[in-house]
Amino acid sequence: MTTKLMGEPVARVEDDRLVTGKGRYADDLMPGALEMAVLRSPHAHARIRSIDVDAVLDVPGVHAVYTYEDLEGPMAEPLPLLIPHPALTHGRTQYALAKDEVNYVGEAIAVVVADNRYLAEDAVSRIEVEYDFLPPVVGIDAARAAEHLVHEDVPGNVAAVMEQSFGDAEAAIASAPHRLSLDLTVERSACMPMEGRGTVARWDEDLNRMSVWTSTQTSTGVRAAVATKLGLDLGQVDVVTPDVGGGFGVKIVHPWPEELLVPMAAKALRRPVKFTEDRREHFISSAHERGQQQHIEVGFDDEGRVLGMSVKFWHDNGAYTPYGLIVPIITSTQLLGPYKLPNYKVVFESLYTNTVIVTPYRGAGRPQGVYAMERTMDAIAAELGMDRTVVRENNFIQPDDFPYAHGELTFQDGRPLIYDSGNYPEMMRKARDLVDWPSFEKFRDEARKEGRKVGIGIACYVEGTGVGPYEGGHVHIETSGKVKVSTGLTTQGQGHQTAFAQIVADELGVRFEDVEVVTGDTRRSPYSVGTFASRAAVMSGSAIALAARNARAKALRLAADALEADVDDLEIVDGIVRVKGAPDSQIALGTLAVLSNPLRYAFDEASRAATQFAVGDPSKPPVAEDDEPGLEGKDYYSPPRSTFASGIHAVIVETDPETAEIRILKYAVVHDCGTLINPRIVEGQVHGGVAQGVGGALYERMAYDETGQLQNASFMDFLMPYVTEVPESIEIDHLETPSPLNPLGIKGAGEAGVIPSSAVFAAAIEDAEGIPITAMPISPSELYALRLAHSSTTSHERTAS
Amino acid sequence: MKPAAFTYQRPTTLTQALAAYAAAPEAKVLAGGQSLIPLMSMRLTSVPELIDINGIEELSHIHVERGQGVRFGAIVRHAQLHAHAEAREVQPLLHAALSHVAHATIRNRGTTVGSIVHADASGEMPMIMSLLGGTLTVASVEGRREITAEDLFIGPLETSLQAGEIAVEAFVPALPARHGVAFDEIARRHGDYALCGVGAIVGLDADGAIEHVRAGYVSVSETPAVVDLTGCFPDGELTEQGLKDAAELALTHLEPEADIHASAEYRAQLARTLTTRVVAAAHADAGARANAEVTA
Repeated sequence: MTTKLMGEPVARVEDDRLVTGKGRYADDLMPGALEMAVLRSPHAHARIRSIDVDAVLDVPGVHAVYTYEDLEGPMAEPLPLLIPHPALTHGRTQYALAKDEVNYVGEAIAVVVADNRYLAEDAVSRIEVEYDFLPPVVGIDAARAAEHLVHEDVPGNVAAVMEQSFGDAEAAIASAPHRLSLDLTVERSACMPMEGRGTVARWDEDLNRMSVWTSTQTSTGVRAAVATKLGLDLGQVDVVTPDVGGGFGVKIVHPWPEELLVPMAAKALRRPVKFTEDRREHFISSAHERGQQQHIEVGFDDEGRVLGMSVKFWHDNGAYTPYGLIVPIITSTQLLGPYKLPNYKVVFESLYTNTVIVTPYRGAGRPQGVYAMERTMDAIAAELGMDRTVVRENNFIQPDDFPYAHGELTFQDGRPLIYDSGNYPEMMRKARDLVDWPSFEKFRDEARKEGRKVGIGIACYVEGTGVGPYEGGHVHIETSGKVKVSTGLTTQGQGHQTAFAQIVADELGVRFEDVEVVTGDTRRSPYSVGTFASRAAVMSGSAIALAARNARAKALRLAADALEADVDDLEIVDGIVRVKGAPDSQIALGTLAVLSNPLRYAFDEASRAATQFAVGDPSKPPVAEDDEPGLEGKDYYSPPRSTFASGIHAVIVETDPETAEIRILKYAVVHDCGTLINPRIVEGQVHGGVAQGVGGALYERMAYDETGQLQNASFMDFLMPYVTEVPESIEIDHLETPSPLNPLGIKGAGEAGVIPSSAVFAAAIEDAEGIPITAMPISPSELYALRLAHSSTTSHERTAS
Repeated sequence: MKPAAFTYQRPTTLTQALAAYAAAPEAKVLAGGQSLIPLMSMRLTSVPELIDINGIEELSHIHVERGQGVRFGAIVRHAQLHAHAEAREVQPLLHAALSHVAHATIRNRGTTVGSIVHADASGEMPMIMSLLGGTLTVASVEGRREITAEDLFIGPLETSLQAGEIAVEAFVPALPARHGVAFDEIARRHGDYALCGVGAIVGLDADGAIEHVRAGYVSVSETPAVVDLTGCFPDGELTEQGLKDAAELALTHLEPEADIHASAEYRAQLARTLTTRVVAAAHADAGARANAEVTA
């Protein structure tokens, strides 16, 4: 029997290639293509009075310059609002090139196509634009104050107000034995993939066909957008995703202006055209996330059980809303975490500011929701003088409560918010063990004697993963016995090749090395959605498993004929179908692939066996009426709703009493993503997520000044953590509560590592310092300021009393 | 992020380079390029002509003169100087400070002389020149001259080099007997520009009493700041009060400013904390060295 691969820490087959520089990214493709550079608005808010491109036209090497005036048909319409929602009453999207007005520093105004990027940038610097300045709205305070408007037809800068509730939160809070309120803020950060955006396009005039290679999380989405905007039939457009150097959410947004302008120029100029975003452009023209202000009211009993919770938050959506309300909807629903609340109300306002758009970044609104809930749990524990883990346990949904519905709430996929499975009490037991929670006070006492300050934090989360609508899988067994697998969603380095090959090897009974996986190629998989919301393993993993089962069923049927055996007596081991207990009676999958495709022509020795004078019952059609040629399986997986992964993080920090530097002493993660396909990959995802979480909690912010200029638009001043800033080791324990919603019991794992970071670090620093931490991220300079403010307040209070 | 067009030449002798520079006063001299190239790529500066001195063999020397000091040419990389055992022995503060210059990859290419003439007060090496009283040798078609560190740094990112002058060599004096040094800095991330950095040199007399204390500061002044703290230790002893006084005295000479990474108050706090830590460490180092010298 072949060794089972599901659940094994198989080494990633991608890595040799990727870490030795053999990856092929968009910018590596088609050397010699013309290159595009973009003139971006230097102002956060202005009306464009005029654009003068005359000085560009005579620059040698320049092939074209485009402004809004040059856009035709659907290209001249605003970019799509990808996910409409009834509450999004004032949704706005930008134009591919600004029409009349710019609303953030970085908004595209004109593009130049030249022999190379150097010349294109030279030419861009010669374009002259006259602006009438408008007052910029920067930050949530300014958006709420609404003294100035981002869009003059959007009153109060409010894109949407949305409310969801169950029970009667206000009444429950009013009658609760204990009440608290909290005001919290989270600042902006961004995905910051190593590879920025990039698109290459070639128009084939002879075949009347557009080929686009783009660094995206959805090739089918880009395909539909390019076809629609350029007036082409879907069948004329191929979109292929080459290696992608990280996405983390920003590349699910589509079409970016450049993703349309590049193919548009390629068609007009009949030359391949390329756009490769540089780092400054990524900072000022891609997407950010996370910025929110939150106000929480909570009522609870003597055991810390929440009786009612009412949350209002203000979400900074930037200048436009191409991705709808997904991020704040996720915050408002995933805020509930692993807790059983009898009464809950959440209201959010999604607000415009003159800054870069806000769309999902790994975690996608969950870090903010978890921050709100977990800081509330900590506050309840502090108020009651209870252990923070006990307060949480007293609120947990219990294992026999599943499936558990949070009232009538609707999740981001438009489906009811129903948790499929989980075991939160067991997870808490594991977390407490992993971080040695009971011994911490002893450690704190010892540290205190040495003049050291240490603190511990813990935070729980539940993550809705694997959202629909669907993904597909195609498994094709070649006559060589090699197995070619295709799924339409794209890969940004997650290890799909490895994980999907593990699934196919197990389901089909073939060797892992014989399975090759292709992702994100619309020529192979025209029907697909994309890679986001920790959905690839759940969605494509399930679809591929179903497809492999179909291929297996066909192989067994063909083999049963060939071996004159009963299907039930057959097994497939290492690509050979054999009769159980009669190993001599066997046939290779490759041979079955030959036989599955009745031939008129023989091309080699193997295919002779399938030609018309060699096989077949002359009395029957070579392909039976209900059959198809070829040995392949295809299927789609479409879940009724999301599956909910969960986890707990704990961290121990030390803060320097003099310099307020924050050092991580221990980081522990308990994680439940259902059935594990590959624990090594899952742990890699957790490590990467924790690293990004450390960044978001302790280092990264978007430092906009009051005029809307991003002051830290480079890796020198935007402080992504280096390996030297992330914990040296991350202790991980797994729990596996399979999902009942899909054939393999999988839940998503991609985003989990980053979700509770702000909550858990705020808790640990608060614990070390004895000062409430209500704004994240926090820097040593800010912690120092808090210390000064706190000591002056407490000394003031002392004086007053 | 592509630079605008520029002309480029790579002379192989200093004479050629000086002639080229004399003929093109708008040109920039390229050594390690760790500051210049990003500025050009981001089009924050436009450079019509680059004179690349990396091919000039005669600028690649490290000469250690025992009892005198360390001389190093204009294309010596931070990493080479950092790894030079003899240089470290003769002036240990060089090694200590170079450990904090950015990341290994930047130290592999960036030059110490280049960093000195970039004259960034948030760079370690300009401060080290000032603290140690180093000198810079510059050359032009007119000849050579030496500039003391004191005369070199005349403003933020500004030196007293004249048109046509290329920095060819720097010299830092050896650590005298019964002296000790220390360096520390605090940055947001490993390898980032320091929010505040402090280097100190402490000299003891034959009886082990403090004879003089000086500290140099990174990132808390417009030009490299050096403060004489000797007066804070009137009895020649390192006391807690003395360290406290030293920290406060130092602050009166510094102008910490706020930026997006730290408030002015926080930088001042770091200057205080680092002054006490680094002066104490330099004092301990001086004691250890003095003992070792006696034993030897």
